[in-house]
Amino acid sequence: MWVYEKKLEYPVKIKKCDPKLAKIIITQYGGPDGELGASLRYLSQRYTMVTPQARATLNDIGTEELAHLEMIGAICSQLTRNATPRDMRDAGMEADYAEHGTGVYPQSAGGFPWTAVGIQSKGDPVTDLYEDMAAEQKARATYEYLLDLIDDPDVADPVKFLREREIVHFQRFGEALNYVRDHLDSKRIFYAK
Amino acid sequence: MEKEALLKQMTILDFMSVDLHLYLNTHPDDAEALKMYNDVIESAAAARSRYEEKCGPMTSFRRPGGYKWTWEDCPWPWQEEFNFSVNGEGCL
Repeated sequence: MWVYEKKLEYPVKIKKCDPKLAKIIITQYGGPDGELGASLRYLSQRYTMVTPQARATLNDIGTEELAHLEMIGAICSQLTRNATPRDMRDAGMEADYAEHGTGVYPQSAGGFPWTAVGIQSKGDPVTDLYEDMAAEQKARATYEYLLDLIDDPDVADPVKFLREREIVHFQRFGEALNYVRDHLDSKRIFYAK
Repeated sequence: MEKEALLKQMTILDFMSVDLHLYLNTHPDDAEALKMYNDVIESAAAARSRYEEKCGPMTSFRRPGGYKWTWEDCPWPWQEEFNFSVNGEGCL
């Protein structure tokens, strides 16, 4: 189970309302390379993972991704906190306003709702860990594209933190893959009762 | 110590724990990292106690509720006013 901790992993304190930024950053909430998909991908893959190290890595990174989901939700909600309907329209967010008001909804920057189609749980340890390493790189690239578009340092700072975490996770999944390879290469004895 | 300073201290220590925890999963024999982890956890627990004394429970269903229920007290972590400012000490 999980226990809620009443703080963010890294602080989000945004003073300036900017719905246009929320519109693109939401993609890390519910887009194909976002934090929700990351968490569900790793937590779902735990069940068929082999080696204690790789299982622990999936469990703990899957958990940390939930903290990142919360940070992205905080960024998007603070960016639209004082937005009027006119502000939303001027930012090109009239469709979002019509469907969600200023609510935080898991969707991509292009408006596509979150879908499990973008993630995989293949039941094969090597396949899954390669997918996870690719997922971390895709998220890192997304954060870099977002940083190209963000001028406000209050927004860029937590996004930079999240970008750095993608790099660390990529490294840990690579190490977990080495354990899995050693395990699969080791001489194992199969027997039936 | 002010609430904001206590929160900042706890956030820093908890992040060190998260990162070392992930590292130890794939480096379980690194005694130096394990010692560092144990030291950070001890400091984080002390920081958490100081914060909770002043600001109420930090986690759901892990602390007694005392004489008055305060869990729902605002603000929440996703709100701007809950968070401390990094004042230029943030990520590079």
